[in-house]
Amino acid sequence: MMRLVQRNGWVAGLLVLLIILLIATKIIQPDFGASGVESLGRASVPFAFATAAMAIVVIAGGIDLSIAAMMAVCSVTAARLMVGAGDGETVLIVILVLALGALMGAINGAMVVLTRVPDIVVTLAMLFVWEGTALLILNTPSGAATQWLRDLILGSLSIPGLPERATFIPKSLVFVVICLIPFWFIMHRTKLGLSIYAVGGDPVAAFRSGVPIGRTRIIAYSLAGVLAGLGGLSLTMSTGIGEPIPGPYLLASVSAVVLGGVALSGGKGGIIGPIVAVFILRLVRMDLTLMSVDPNVTTIVEGTIMVVVVMLGGMLAMKGRRP
Amino acid sequence: MVHTQTDLPILDAQGIAKRFGAVTALNDASLTVAKGQVVALMGANGAGKSTLVKILTGALRPDGGHLKINGTDRSFSSPGAAREAGLVPVYQEPSLIRDLDVAQNLRLGDTPVEPFLHWVAALGITDLDLHEMAGDLPLATLRILDLARALASSPDVLLLDEMTAALPSDLVEKVLNVVREQADAGRSVIYISHRFTEIAQLCDRATVLRDGATVGDLPIEPGVEERVVELMLGAKLTPARIATHRAHATATGPARLGVRNLAAGSRLTDVSFELHGGEVLGVVALEGQGQDELFDVLGGFRRARGGTVTVDGAPVTFRHPADAIAAGHSLVPGNRADALLMSRSVRENIAIPRLARICNWGSISMRSEAETVTAAIERLQIDTRAQGEVRRLSGGNQQKVTIARWVASGVGTLLLFDPSRGIDVRTKRQIYQLVREMAEQGAAILFYTSELAEIPQACDRVAVIFNGKLVEIMDAADADEPRLMRAAYGLTSKVPA
Repeated sequence: MMRLVQRNGWVAGLLVLLIILLIATKIIQPDFGASGVESLGRASVPFAFATAAMAIVVIAGGIDLSIAAMMAVCSVTAARLMVGAGDGETVLIVILVLALGALMGAINGAMVVLTRVPDIVVTLAMLFVWEGTALLILNTPSGAATQWLRDLILGSLSIPGLPERATFIPKSLVFVVICLIPFWFIMHRTKLGLSIYAVGGDPVAAFRSGVPIGRTRIIAYSLAGVLAGLGGLSLTMSTGIGEPIPGPYLLASVSAVVLGGVALSGGKGGIIGPIVAVFILRLVRMDLTLMSVDPNVTTIVEGTIMVVVVMLGGMLAMKGRRP
Repeated sequence: MVHTQTDLPILDAQGIAKRFGAVTALNDASLTVAKGQVVALMGANGAGKSTLVKILTGALRPDGGHLKINGTDRSFSSPGAAREAGLVPVYQEPSLIRDLDVAQNLRLGDTPVEPFLHWVAALGITDLDLHEMAGDLPLATLRILDLARALASSPDVLLLDEMTAALPSDLVEKVLNVVREQADAGRSVIYISHRFTEIAQLCDRATVLRDGATVGDLPIEPGVEERVVELMLGAKLTPARIATHRAHATATGPARLGVRNLAAGSRLTDVSFELHGGEVLGVVALEGQGQDELFDVLGGFRRARGGTVTVDGAPVTFRHPADAIAAGHSLVPGNRADALLMSRSVRENIAIPRLARICNWGSISMRSEAETVTAAIERLQIDTRAQGEVRRLSGGNQQKVTIARWVASGVGTLLLFDPSRGIDVRTKRQIYQLVREMAEQGAAILFYTSELAEIPQACDRVAVIFNGKLVEIMDAADADEPRLMRAAYGLTSKVPA
């Protein structure tokens, strides 16, 4: 039990911060309730997927700057194919879009591994490639989304027997959690996950332990691609159309990954921390908006929070090491 | 020692060659290991041991030669493949991943847990917690875990590279016993070590490498140490003396650099010497005996744990390399890449330590910079055809640049850490020449080298460090290679004066 707390100290700290922020929100805005949580959840979904994708690549010792652009490609592909699609076809479209995400991720990873050009350069280049691709598929926001798919993330979970107002759990949150469970499992309960941590933490030692370095990196990028696919789908699901211009997900995902306790040098951290960090950053932004703070000041506050939290965390970690 | 010669050798490597660009690391290395044998693989620093190990374990591909395992030709494309063929290494550096706990590390390498725990206990670690992060464990424990992990996979050939280097003596004893038992049970072991006592205790045969080729393969018997030392050095047992004019270090006044009972890090425990202006003091030590720590302390990269350093008689503590430079210390580190700005020009690299002096209210005085730099380049005969970017120079010329920067700025005390590693003979000569010239102009020079032949050519006196302690200090004139080698292996007491 002690160990559980120790290992997950960072996540626990973030959860406490999140709860404090939720209470603060309730104080600032006394009528903050189910609908507030629902819109917070829905707005956070694409951020959550982008962040989980970035977290996996960063843990593997890389970085992928093209995640937001891949999300755009997946979003427009889904929106375009779903125009007039039946319920059954939609299932196929979802599978296709996720496969497309995996393919794009694999291309990124293969280019990083095979060309030996630094990941930051390759994925910056791919950012432009995927951006262009998205605009070729759909050059203005349009398309459609099948209703049952949209219903998966719109509204709150209704529990039979309870009045609608008493249900605080937004469906979007449930959707995110269910989608991320397999990725959490891969990262923490499989040899592939261990290999990803090993490759990011110490490639030489990993190589000597018999881990195929290149293949593991490519798989990590593909996993990120699948998550970008989920992120793109969720964009189309919540708006009902496809958006070819990538949203502000790239920098937001890097921020959340760092705030979530993943070391940019690789090999450290998890998926849960960054996801909690997404909600913290979204909530801070919402609170500042509710307090009608100048939006320009909002970004200053967000940046400051990030540096201060990461610095404090680093100091605590150092204290803990040398008692 | 009770082996039947009828067995096929379990591992038979013949004529292994490996080149890295222009450098030949191995040209004809051979190693044969029979079932149940413990073979010591020996060689001076840079003889090619680590390259051979990497080839045998699949971390590098050879350019030539044959490798047979149990009589069939094999070539390993990865460490995993070598492992599957039964060849399991324990490398010199710990190879558990620091950010994973022990249990996760085991799962990563598919190590069976039960035998692993058995070996951990047999090797004398009683309080292992599998959920401890590898990065939080002490170095000695990590080494033992590496060995236990290798043993748990029941290897046919176990390859131990400096296994005992970081271990306290009680653990060393346990390790040697376990390895011996393995051999008696029919497993083979390749044992790399600098410690003759362990080799005598453990090994059946010794294979000696020199300059990338196998030069001897002899049974371990009393007195074999001398023969091995001879083989490691080659035929030239009589020292080639260079008749340079030696500036006599007449000890007038306090020494330029005084070191008293210096201890630093985990390896340097007790070193004392005095170095006067005009003198070159050689330092000889096997790898990892504390010489790195000594140079780090003198260069301001690391704080001492105990003892004192004096400069011109006054005690000093360096908190930063800048303090050391201000006290007149100039360190030329062993790794050139640590010292040079690889993508900048020769000119800039030479001028950097001097910038403070040639700056004129913050802007660099280009003319004064150009003058000093040109003088230094001429003096060292640096090949300047590729001077736009230091990375494009050859290793020898890069090394000259690291020294030239201190020639340009003038030195009080020059700390040279293995400046001739991986450099051709001609450039080496030039470097020795330069070292002597600088000494004659009054510089005090501390010169660590892994090549013993350099000592009489460049130094006035030699200090030998073994196991963190200064074990002997002698005149360079008396320092022939066998004597240095014995001292470096801690065999001093056995040699009649």
